[in-house]
Amino acid sequence: MSVSNTASARGTESGRGIAPDTVRYNREVPGLGDPVFDIVDLSIHYGTNKAVRDVNMKVGPRQITAMIGPSGCGKSTVLRTLNRMNDLIPGARVEGRVTYHGEDLYAPDVDPIEVRRRIGMVFQKPNPFPKSIYDNIAYGPRINGMRGNMDDLVEETLTKAALWDEVKDKLKESAFALSGGQQQRLCIARTIAVNPEVILMDEPCSALDPIATLKIEDLMYELAAEYTIVIVTHNMQQAARVSDRTAFFTASVDDDNERYGSLVEFDETAKIFSKPADQRTEDYISGRFG
Amino acid sequence: MSTEAPEAPAPEEPRRGSLHSGKGRMADPIFKWAVAACGTIVLVILALMVIRTTSEAWPVFVKEGFFGFLFGQEWTTGNSRTEITGTYGAWPFIYGTLVTSTIAIVIALPLAIMVAFYITHLAPRRLAKPLSYTVELLAAVPSVIFGLWGLHWFLPNVLRPFFEVLESVLGWFFLFEGPIRGVGYLSAGIVLAIMILPIMTAIIREVIAVHPIDQRMAAYALGSTRWEVMRKVVLPASFSGIVAAAMLGLGRALGETIAVLMLIGGSQSWGASLFGTGSSMASHIAATFGEAGPEARTGLMAIGVALFLVTMIVNILARVIVWRLGRMTGDAAV
Repeated sequence: MSVSNTASARGTESGRGIAPDTVRYNREVPGLGDPVFDIVDLSIHYGTNKAVRDVNMKVGPRQITAMIGPSGCGKSTVLRTLNRMNDLIPGARVEGRVTYHGEDLYAPDVDPIEVRRRIGMVFQKPNPFPKSIYDNIAYGPRINGMRGNMDDLVEETLTKAALWDEVKDKLKESAFALSGGQQQRLCIARTIAVNPEVILMDEPCSALDPIATLKIEDLMYELAAEYTIVIVTHNMQQAARVSDRTAFFTASVDDDNERYGSLVEFDETAKIFSKPADQRTEDYISGRFG
Repeated sequence: MSTEAPEAPAPEEPRRGSLHSGKGRMADPIFKWAVAACGTIVLVILALMVIRTTSEAWPVFVKEGFFGFLFGQEWTTGNSRTEITGTYGAWPFIYGTLVTSTIAIVIALPLAIMVAFYITHLAPRRLAKPLSYTVELLAAVPSVIFGLWGLHWFLPNVLRPFFEVLESVLGWFFLFEGPIRGVGYLSAGIVLAIMILPIMTAIIREVIAVHPIDQRMAAYALGSTRWEVMRKVVLPASFSGIVAAAMLGLGRALGETIAVLMLIGGSQSWGASLFGTGSSMASHIAATFGEAGPEARTGLMAIGVALFLVTMIVNILARVIVWRLGRMTGDAAV
């Protein structure tokens, strides 16, 4: 993939940018098609603070969209608006439009519970329930009133999450007995157990070692054939390695000395990492800033 | 940074003095023994109480037999100074204690969980603080006040109309058979529930407040409603703390004297209907101790021993439950 080559060339030049192992997955960038999410003029308020301003981007189906940028740039906040997790934060308010398959996610008659069932989320720190591995997977299907064979579902789900072989003999053991990387894959499995269309990932590898990280990335790549994935990451190499499209956010300070985050550039990952349109993106990915 | 080690500074002159000053040598052992003594005092007091009451009550146990005393239905005191002439069956009082405490815990536990959950997770922040203070303030109200209020206001204005509805709907069921006298097991149990609510709420609130937010977020992200998050995620993880709260509440309900005395009706019989009157162990002791002669006093001592036993058995049972279920659910606190 020409992109990655360019990126790695840049990495060797700057000595800090993109590592040479960027060439990991080779595939054509899928088109935006009928976008899953269409974010139009999105601003997010926390109390009186307008924390994120005027974001416009689209998320295409069955591909990986990465959101990168320095701390405080609002990427996680934007991610949480996509499945209405922001509703749970007191004082959070959304302005603008987020549509999911053309339907306004914030329309008054939209049920956030249903939204979250279809748009799952994986968190920064692996957060399995203090239950058995089996019950962790079964939790979501059970609350959603699933009928059918739970054993089959658990096996199928764990297989999809590339965890089955490691845990098939200890399904009744506590999820806390697993390693951090396994726990995170369990959390991914728990998310896909309710058969969502989209998986949002909020820095899913930041608490993991490099080997566990690569396993998760492999898994994401495989899941992207079936699911739409949006990942927030601090790790630029990760974004370059796994994502098809990348949104670069930045943190700024306005005239009233208030910090806010905004989207700088959204494009195919290849383009963002080889010839970004904005100087700020270039500075960030080449390690001159952030 | 240079790799050469910097010139080592000249070693400071070590502080010279006696190694035998004695301060540290004495302070630690003294502290240790003082603390140990305080710990021992608790055990000694407990042992003295058990020994003293048991030995005073001994003649009653000898005459009635241990189980004859616990399950005997009749309580008639004699007036002898030297021997046991009456009949001492404590079952009506044991029954009264168990029934009122059970009513109290059955009502108070779900309420306490709901209130605690509301305060920690749902109430707007401006309301949560005052609300939890108010609940704790309720714990500071003396029990005689609860008794007075229960008897003179709550019973005629709330409980009696409620009992009448209950009786007309469920009167065919033996627990709710009339006649309604007002005072009785159910009145005492309900007021007890109000009395133990604050302490239970306070403990359950503490327990579920430390429940990790990332687990709740995981549950919400899977499409859980608030009810499901509470029922399936927060409560199981807080199980041992909730049982501990129930234990404390139950302990208070079992031993509560004055409010029960005012509301239970004070008869020495027992019956299955919750509308019936009776006595609890503690209320019977309090009601009759003043006028009791030496023989009757021996009987009351025996009730005291039984109360102590019941309390202990309940506590042990609760611990066993926590331990067994905790092992099953993998509760980290066990």
